[in-house]
Amino acid sequence: MSTILLLLITGVGLGALYFLVASGLSLIYGLMGVLNFAHGSFLTLAGFLGWEVGRRVSDGTWAGLLIGMLVGIATGAIAAAITELVFIRKLYNRHIEQVLVTVGLGLATVALFEGIWGSDPIRIAKPAWLGQTTNILGANIPNDRWLLIGCAALVLGLIVLFLKKTKYGLIIRAGVENRTMVTALGIDVRRAFTIVFAIGGAAAGLGGVLASVYYGQVAAHQGTSLLIYAFIVTVIGGLGSLSGAAIAAVLVAVIQQFANFYLGGTGDLAVVLALAAVLLVKPTGLLGKKTTH
Amino acid sequence: MQRFSSIWFKIGIGVALIVVAAVLPLLAINIPGILPGPTYTPGTLSMLAYAMLIAALALSYHLLFGVGGMLSFGHALFFAAGAYGLAVMMRLLAPQVPESAVFLIAIILTLGLAVAVGNLVGALALRVTGISFAMVTLAFAQAFNVLVRRNTGGLTGGEEGVTVPVNFLPDALVGVLNTRNLYWLALAILVIAYLVCVWVQNSRLGHVLAATRENELRVRVLGLRPYTVRLFVFAVAGVLAAVAGIGFVLLQSGATPRITIADFTLTLLVIVVLGGVGYRWGAIVGGIVYTILDQRLSALASSGWIQSLPDVLRIPLSEPLFILGMLFVLVVMFAPGGIAGLAKTLTTRSAKGVRTMDVKASANGQ
Repeated sequence: MSTILLLLITGVGLGALYFLVASGLSLIYGLMGVLNFAHGSFLTLAGFLGWEVGRRVSDGTWAGLLIGMLVGIATGAIAAAITELVFIRKLYNRHIEQVLVTVGLGLATVALFEGIWGSDPIRIAKPAWLGQTTNILGANIPNDRWLLIGCAALVLGLIVLFLKKTKYGLIIRAGVENRTMVTALGIDVRRAFTIVFAIGGAAAGLGGVLASVYYGQVAAHQGTSLLIYAFIVTVIGGLGSLSGAAIAAVLVAVIQQFANFYLGGTGDLAVVLALAAVLLVKPTGLLGKKTTH
Repeated sequence: MQRFSSIWFKIGIGVALIVVAAVLPLLAINIPGILPGPTYTPGTLSMLAYAMLIAALALSYHLLFGVGGMLSFGHALFFAAGAYGLAVMMRLLAPQVPESAVFLIAIILTLGLAVAVGNLVGALALRVTGISFAMVTLAFAQAFNVLVRRNTGGLTGGEEGVTVPVNFLPDALVGVLNTRNLYWLALAILVIAYLVCVWVQNSRLGHVLAATRENELRVRVLGLRPYTVRLFVFAVAGVLAAVAGIGFVLLQSGATPRITIADFTLTLLVIVVLGGVGYRWGAIVGGIVYTILDQRLSALASSGWIQSLPDVLRIPLSEPLFILGMLFVLVVMFAPGGIAGLAKTLTTRSAKGVRTMDVKASANGQ
């Protein structure tokens, strides 16, 4: 029983990380039809910068981590907004080219990070409490999972609030539903594009700093390897659906944890099979609508 | 008459290029900065052979993406299946069949495997289109990557990869001195890949495929079946990639998990777009230019004058993939036709006034 509980909660913790990456991907795809391959780079860059600033302020303490997280969020948002303004906007409505540009950026930036910080992972220090465990009904849950779950829940809540309560949220929701109609009504959706990119980048940036806490290290390839899972989560959840991404993130991570424990470390394989199964049964994903792109 | 002579002209150029490539190992041409040494040296031949195999692989991807409009992120799977398939088959067959037959039977079985995997993956992945198709192919390639890295059945060697059992290979393919034979083998594979592409593209099936890329609904309305056509081409591209993989594993006498990762497929995409989407010779030029750039930029990175630059310049310049990635971004943004597209624009401009402008609609999905 305690094993199942442990797997379940660590699974949700990992799912929280997947969600932070996948939420931005899903929103961006839903509104603009762009599958953003550079998303992993936002995450890695935020992880590195958050760590660099955090350790200079106060290494291995809560204050350092908090500042690192803020720096990560800002880095992710700025990097994403620049990507949108400089590269994506020029290729407006040419989806294949937009994907190709993000592919190129993803490859180039990872190489650049390797050049700056080296290709080997760097161990990082974190607050002592995060390295300990909490006993819940006999299961020893690593404390960093609580941080992940809390942050992801907060991000989910904030994004939902933004989408439901603000003017731009309304435009974005309408744009996901029917972009042509929104444009026809005389609303400039391009500013919404930049905002969506910045929000997605901010979530990924937070994810980058939290990923470095989760894995205990920062590495140039961290974002890319998480990105593949985030893609799978996005597709299973239904491209463009935020709640779909949240559900799929938890589902994928829990499946992964259970398969790793009970089926001899076949977690990655189980995730891929889950993706194939979902796509074959319901090609639009769990909560996806019929795509018009 | 004009058209007739133009076709013979093209065939003539093709044959001439093949002849030049074929006699390179017998000559001592030295191009400093591009080739690591004179053309008869094993080092240079090995690099050129690798470039031609990558070009053959790029041609198979051209068939998928350029002609069929199928954006696959899992094409490395088939290349790796060819490379790993041959090495593993040879190990498995070695105790069972006569020594002289091991190599031949292993090749036949590997090709059979490629046909089977191509049809299986294609049959599943082609049930969805667009981005979902890309994701399913990516997922399959990722699954293969996991299998290989896990050292499944003690056969794939984990992170270390596999080696080809040298004592079962024909003597002509073993040893540094015989690099030129491997070079000719790579050239033959490239020519075969090219001819298969020509054959597929000029067949009725190829026309249906191109039509499906442009307007699937219309093809359906005409009573044709896009699924069958796509599946056939997916399998053909898979087998071609596996053949290139066989050449690769022979050339390198082994394979590592590096060729199974998603980045390797992305590199292919970069090559095809760099060369020019929709152009056969674009894929070849892209493959060769990319490989040579990659190798030479790595050599350049360790050269003295780059090392003496300040960090701001030194770090980006010493990462070949950074330069290639940014070059790719620039090509996508400012020269969507790639190298082939640029060449076409230039030749069309120079022929302006003689013929009417033949502006080919850019072969990208939109």
